[in-house]
Amino acid sequence: MSTRLSQHDAPIYDALQQFKSKRIVPFDVPGHKRGRGNPELTAFLGEQCVSVDVNSMKPLDNLCHPVSVIKDAEELAAEAFGAAHAFFMVNGTTSAVQSMILTACKRGDKIILPRNVHRSVINALVVCGAEPVYVNPDMDYKLGIALGMKISQVEKAIKENPDAKAILVNNPTYYGICSDLQGIVKLAHENGMLVLVDEAHGTHFYFGENMPITAMAAGADMAAVSMHKSGGSLTQSSFLLMGPAINVGYARQIVNLTQTTSGSYLLLSSLDLSRRNLALNGKEIFAHVTSLSQYARDEINKIGDYYAYSSELINGDSIYDFDATKLSVHTLDIGLAGIEVYDILRDEYDIQIEFGDIGNILAYVSVGDRERDIERLVSALAEIRRRYKTDKAGLITQEYIDPQVITTPQYAFYAEKELLPLRETIGRVCSEFVMCYPPGIPILAPGEKITQEIVEYIEYAKEKDCTIIGPEDLEIARLNVLTEVR
Amino acid sequence: MDLWFSESHTPNVRLSIKVDKQLYSAQSEFQRIDVFESEEFGRFLTLDGFMMLTEKDEFIYHEMITHVPMSVHPNPKKVLIIGAGDGGVVRELVQYQSIEHIDLVEIDEMVIEAAKKYLPQTASKLDDPRVHIHIEDGLKYIRFCENEYDIIIVDSTDPFGPGEGLFTREFYGSCYKALKEDGIMVNQHESPFYDEDVAAMQRAHQRIIECFPISRVYQAHIPTYPSGHWLFGFASKKYHPVKDMNASVWKSNNIATKYYNSNLHKGSFYLPNYVQKLLTEVENKGDE
Repeated sequence: MSTRLSQHDAPIYDALQQFKSKRIVPFDVPGHKRGRGNPELTAFLGEQCVSVDVNSMKPLDNLCHPVSVIKDAEELAAEAFGAAHAFFMVNGTTSAVQSMILTACKRGDKIILPRNVHRSVINALVVCGAEPVYVNPDMDYKLGIALGMKISQVEKAIKENPDAKAILVNNPTYYGICSDLQGIVKLAHENGMLVLVDEAHGTHFYFGENMPITAMAAGADMAAVSMHKSGGSLTQSSFLLMGPAINVGYARQIVNLTQTTSGSYLLLSSLDLSRRNLALNGKEIFAHVTSLSQYARDEINKIGDYYAYSSELINGDSIYDFDATKLSVHTLDIGLAGIEVYDILRDEYDIQIEFGDIGNILAYVSVGDRERDIERLVSALAEIRRRYKTDKAGLITQEYIDPQVITTPQYAFYAEKELLPLRETIGRVCSEFVMCYPPGIPILAPGEKITQEIVEYIEYAKEKDCTIIGPEDLEIARLNVLTEVR
Repeated sequence: MDLWFSESHTPNVRLSIKVDKQLYSAQSEFQRIDVFESEEFGRFLTLDGFMMLTEKDEFIYHEMITHVPMSVHPNPKKVLIIGAGDGGVVRELVQYQSIEHIDLVEIDEMVIEAAKKYLPQTASKLDDPRVHIHIEDGLKYIRFCENEYDIIIVDSTDPFGPGEGLFTREFYGSCYKALKEDGIMVNQHESPFYDEDVAAMQRAHQRIIECFPISRVYQAHIPTYPSGHWLFGFASKKYHPVKDMNASVWKSNNIATKYYNSNLHKGSFYLPNYVQKLLTEVENKGDE
């Protein structure tokens, strides 16, 4: 980075502005040529927007091999996040997560991870052939949510698998639960293992005050950060952060295995501008978001029966810290599953929240929210309680089921299989994913045994109208199972 | 000097009023507030550039939103007004001896201050001892009220900007909860004429019929509002707006009105065919 640059700069954005002013005649892709070739799209997205949907070229650098403005922007991002290096990612945080795992593990390597990971993690194991060693996350049985990993359980997993190459941590979880990152990093490094952090929901930790510790500050080796979630960039844009111990050149080769060679400048500039905005204004922005969430929690808890939880859950181990910007609300005490409240909010109150699971809803509160919208959400919840409150008998509380891993995800995914009706799969080994989306945490992953309990859970989730995805059969009436197990 | 205030009623239609001078202009936390003086309409108040009231025609709006529910409810004692910082509804209400307590919930204190200073015609009775002013978001205020009011009058701005929460199902449902078992809610119901207003009007009607067993719409003509053809909603737990109206009891209050009378009350619930059709459309939607 040239010494002149500071967090006030946005090199990719500046280069695009300059590029526009030069009015260069395009005889390169994209073929819409600044939107002229697709007037309908231009009218819809706006001329400003399509005019910077351009291809890599010398003045704009190249995402696969950055040497100028993208390199500068990456260095500024690394500085802002306290990382040794930062990659701009345009294939989603999914690709950032996969690149971390592929950088750390090869075929047959072991990786220690909690089972409540995002599907992208297990997808990466299908791609690279690494072997998962699951640490069962601690559970809060009343709320029905999976928590962080206990240090003692990580220790046990390390002892039993001293040859593991890495440990992956979800931090925070979708619900805002943080593990003891520093403790895990210390244990892992003492045992020669890398620490990878899926920090998809933790971008704001790097910029707000009084936030849980970030992966980079805790000494983790890599982290995948969804800038588009709490950071304000466009959907699908993300950062992959590296600690000092990682070979950046090798990591870039891994990233380039699967990332597009036509990196979108809309996404790249959105990352660049969002990084600048957070570096300059992040403290105020996230103080505001935290106070909005806290206000909403206080008001929701006044309604009665709902439980909007926060840092009072902290237990020093599996809930080492809590992300107070998250607005998670337990709904079972009004007699409705979270997914039912989620549907009522959308269908009857025109309010779209992030997700509803079996026992909870999560409303995503961010820099874009207004106080009056928070009032609407709280009032709608009060009304739903008034109109629907019933006995909670018949509602399932627990969401997490311990998996029985029979074989690796990669083996199971590619093995000979047969498609059977759901009930007939009990006792067999699944070759595909089953998950409610969101949150996208697998109920079954390839290579796991299907039990009666799991089948009943899937049936219940279907009955409650959860969106279940993953299997080949979109109706989820049948599942693919292995014909034989190696 | 040629100074005009203009408001777009649609992208293709505007109403302009020649202004003599601007009396007040301020930006509050919520909106821009202006008061103008004009030859034709006297003083007028605008919020974010939208006409709220003029001295010349405000009596129509304030009489129709107040006296209609007051002549149907047999014994109204406690009334909640949401919005209405200009004081017009309060001015009408305090004429009733039976009223014991009025809560006025206005989100923007600066509207009340501006009205007190520049619009004495409407704000004159805001100091009545029965009036209790709460500076708060209406949706929030009503969230925790239960079985408390005989009448709720929703004098909102349009369904965008600070007033948008007052056109939602959560708001109307909360009003239902805040009313006593024979309570009545009356609301500013937008216009049936221009397309954009029609959509807002239908949505409000849809949301109200989901919350109240009785829901009717009545009309008035208000020259300075878009199209001049304006609607009000009458939602009730028990009383019918026409059958349960008591003209002789209302008369005994001896309230002088310029627009409202008991025949007009009945007539205002008889709507033009095109309006009736718009309302029936959303009413049938609920049955599907």
